[in-house]
Amino acid sequence: MIRKTVANVEEALEGAKDGMTFMLGGFGLCGIPENAIAHLVKIGVKDLTCISNNAGVDDFGLGLLLHKRQIKKMISSYVGENDEFERQMLSGELEVELTPQGTLAEKCRAAQAGFPAFYTPAGYGTEVAEGKETREFNGKMYVLEEAFKADFSFVKAWKGDEAGNLIFKGTARNFNPAMCGAAGITVAEVEELVPAGDLDPNQIHVPGIFVQRIFQGKNYEKRIEQLTVHKSN
Amino acid sequence: MLDKNGIAKRIAKEVKDGYYVNLGIGIPTLVANFVRDDISVEFQSENGVLGMGPFPFEGEEDADIINAGKQTITTLPGASFFDSVTSFGMIRGQHVDLTILGAMEVAENGDIANWKIPGKMVKGMGGAMDLVASAENIIVAMMHTNRAGESKLLKKCTLPLTGVGCVKKIVTNLAVLDVTPEGFKLLEKAPGVSVDEIVKATEGNLIVEGDIPEMDI
Repeated sequence: MIRKTVANVEEALEGAKDGMTFMLGGFGLCGIPENAIAHLVKIGVKDLTCISNNAGVDDFGLGLLLHKRQIKKMISSYVGENDEFERQMLSGELEVELTPQGTLAEKCRAAQAGFPAFYTPAGYGTEVAEGKETREFNGKMYVLEEAFKADFSFVKAWKGDEAGNLIFKGTARNFNPAMCGAAGITVAEVEELVPAGDLDPNQIHVPGIFVQRIFQGKNYEKRIEQLTVHKSN
Repeated sequence: MLDKNGIAKRIAKEVKDGYYVNLGIGIPTLVANFVRDDISVEFQSENGVLGMGPFPFEGEEDADIINAGKQTITTLPGASFFDSVTSFGMIRGQHVDLTILGAMEVAENGDIANWKIPGKMVKGMGGAMDLVASAENIIVAMMHTNRAGESKLLKKCTLPLTGVGCVKKIVTNLAVLDVTPEGFKLLEKAPGVSVDEIVKATEGNLIVEGDIPEMDI
């Protein structure tokens, strides 16, 4: 067994520097690496390029980094629900690259799986395809999209073991698996870290080979963005 | 004239037994409320769930189980969770049978614009570009005109496009229309709406042939 555990978030984020490109898992506030984000705010690294489907809300998730002006560029598919983000984008302080959601996911996976680029139909004929190579396959047009390049991936899982194997829960899985192994160093934080051998190998979602550092996360808030419920009788 | 629920109710009739369906945010979400309960349908949400159920009861919500609108949801028996790559594999690989989404503008050639108003609203396309570029079967749910009364069914979209030549069917508060090589073909009119009103509210080429039946909803 190759041990991937680190003692804490400080050790997990060692080497994170100004100007780097980070991938961050999560969809909305669901499945985001809360501990890593909090520590990035604390150490104050800046001029960051962040690849994440969304940009958090004003006072949580990536919104915390935006507030401290630590992000230079965001690569996302949807950035609503964040007033500070909108203000920084419209004033030109923040560079934003909007990417179709499926393309964003695949650009992570391509980096993970060793593909330099791939063709997708998404965005053909729109401003997303401007300046990109296009090609026809079987009578349909496709756009060439390149794999992401990133220094760190920060992901969050439900359970993980000392070997870096990960299991996710519900829709908190989202972009996290594709970001594992898609950057120089993948840092996984988990709600429950267990000894090697405690997780059933049949149930692993991400094998530990894609994870370099894993740590036991703490104080998860797991905020709900849109609470929608039926009143019980 | 139909309200939002009326549009959703009419679209629900297009949902067939055995369909996997992706519902967009807004009116499309309401469609789930009107699908017949004697057919088997599974709803996909692109953030990673197939077999979406209704909202949870108060106190039973789980922050780890949401839909693409970031709303708390439940799952039904037979449901599955998966990652974003797999989710868009379902969409891009045309395993999802029907996509229902909203639009700001649709053109007579099937172009759709629904993600950006330059200088005003820049929230991003989310999964809409992947959905419209891939789906064989796309129904647009929208109001026929904007708040200023101007047609949203145009000769050519004025807003940045989400996809080209992809819309097949449109259900509005006034009508059901197919997108054909010759333009919008009027299929049904909403209760209490005249063909003349639909003609006036449609800027793009509108084909009206024979008697237009009223929607049965």
